[in-house]
Amino acid sequence: MNTVLKISESFQSFLSEIGDLSYFSGRFFKEAFKRPFEFKEFIRQCYQMGNRSLLLVAVTGFIIGLVFTLQSRPTLQEFGAVSWMPSMVSISIIREIGPIITALICAGRIGSGIGAELGSMRVTEQIDAMEVSGTNPFKFLVVTRILATICMLPVLVIIGDGIALYGSYLVENLKGNVSFQLYFNQVFEALEFGDLLPATIKSFFFGFAIGLVGCYKGYNCKKGTAGVGLAANSAVVYTSMLLFIIDFIAVFVTDIFYDL
Amino acid sequence: MKPIIIIRNLKKSYGSNHVLDGFNMELNEGENLVIMGKSGSGKSVMIKCLIGLEDADSGSIEVMGKDILKLEQEEMDDLRTEIGFLFQGSALYDSMSVRENLEFPLRRHTKKFGIIEDTTPLVTEALRNVGLEHAIDLMPNELSGGMKRRIALARTLILQPKIILYDEPTTGLDPITSKEIIMLMKSVQEKYKTSSVIITHDVDCARVISNRMILLVDGINYAEGTFEELASSTDPKVKAFFK
Repeated sequence: MNTVLKISESFQSFLSEIGDLSYFSGRFFKEAFKRPFEFKEFIRQCYQMGNRSLLLVAVTGFIIGLVFTLQSRPTLQEFGAVSWMPSMVSISIIREIGPIITALICAGRIGSGIGAELGSMRVTEQIDAMEVSGTNPFKFLVVTRILATICMLPVLVIIGDGIALYGSYLVENLKGNVSFQLYFNQVFEALEFGDLLPATIKSFFFGFAIGLVGCYKGYNCKKGTAGVGLAANSAVVYTSMLLFIIDFIAVFVTDIFYDL
Repeated sequence: MKPIIIIRNLKKSYGSNHVLDGFNMELNEGENLVIMGKSGSGKSVMIKCLIGLEDADSGSIEVMGKDILKLEQEEMDDLRTEIGFLFQGSALYDSMSVRENLEFPLRRHTKKFGIIEDTTPLVTEALRNVGLEHAIDLMPNELSGGMKRRIALARTLILQPKIILYDEPTTGLDPITSKEIIMLMKSVQEKYKTSSVIITHDVDCARVISNRMILLVDGINYAEGTFEELASSTDPKVKAFFK
């Protein structure tokens, strides 16, 4: 009986969390189009997020390109299909691996950062201080951060994809003596507009999810300093889960369009 | 004297915990009203209801003739420019320098101040009032507790409020810094003719600064009067505060 009660309570709190998150997201859309716009803070956030994550995204992208090519090469060699390597790598990276890996890195880097920053501002009453000074803290802190993640994630994904492809080219150059021009000619021949567009659109949604969950967890942080850690931690966990759900939906929808 | 804040029968509960149970208060223009009470007696909740950070369950809060429980968000934000709030932990924005902390509210209230091209004279003036002109380019983590409290007061003053709410302004400070803050509060009140609500446990603070006091016990006004009247009371609950 106790277990049933516990499950029911957890389910109830899960539904209530979904409801709160939906309300929070609705408030974002309401506030995002209302004046005054905090343009300076938005630019600052874009710079902070892009700058803070660039190196991590670049290094991860480079290693993924290298490893992916190294791991796939023997199998392709077995079938005499090494020449397909640039096409295979580029499609995999552009369509799926690049966006999802970059989003997961940003969920850890940016999402947890937002959760901790806003959470700490909440427990030290800085958000209350903004509110009592007659400033809308939601607009200044939340709207700017979510918009910045929406704008910056596609940029980071494109950079990450480019660097991953360069990593892949390095392996091909070392192992198969493939020139830069030949490799990238094959890459661009294999890629179609239909590969790039869904991946880019998906990245905007990933950015939205990272910003939204990070802000939601931080802005509603409770229970003092312990709550700040919890906000940062749960921002990463919830965002990662949400990213896979968005990815699944995006792939599903894209697949329908490919069939058409 | 005309009342600038009138609170009537204010009630606020968290579940079964009745924090405020019919609290009444009037603050007159130019007056310093000290509210004392044990921890958990509802002082901070009351002051947060007064500024709209907490929603009251029932009752009325009238600030400068406006019932704040019926105001729209925009009207409330406009009214908030007339009310300064000094937080217990100072609540300085730690990602901004002292200058940016002071500029922040100033740049967002174009309705009251117009668009200010150069905020430096106003920021410097506010910092001079609290004796920290030299700290203009420091970050909050480079300031001591007393300095933070002064900067927070400067940030409150920069909006030229008519009312200042102090939430335990001397808590966590050493006796010398506490005295400095109390004198600063007094000089601010004399210079700007503000009306103040001061929540404190500090009897010295109450003695120096109060024109009138309210003792808050179990969410209601238990006793009210001047410092001398309450200090000489024979009621054991009142006496306990002045021991």
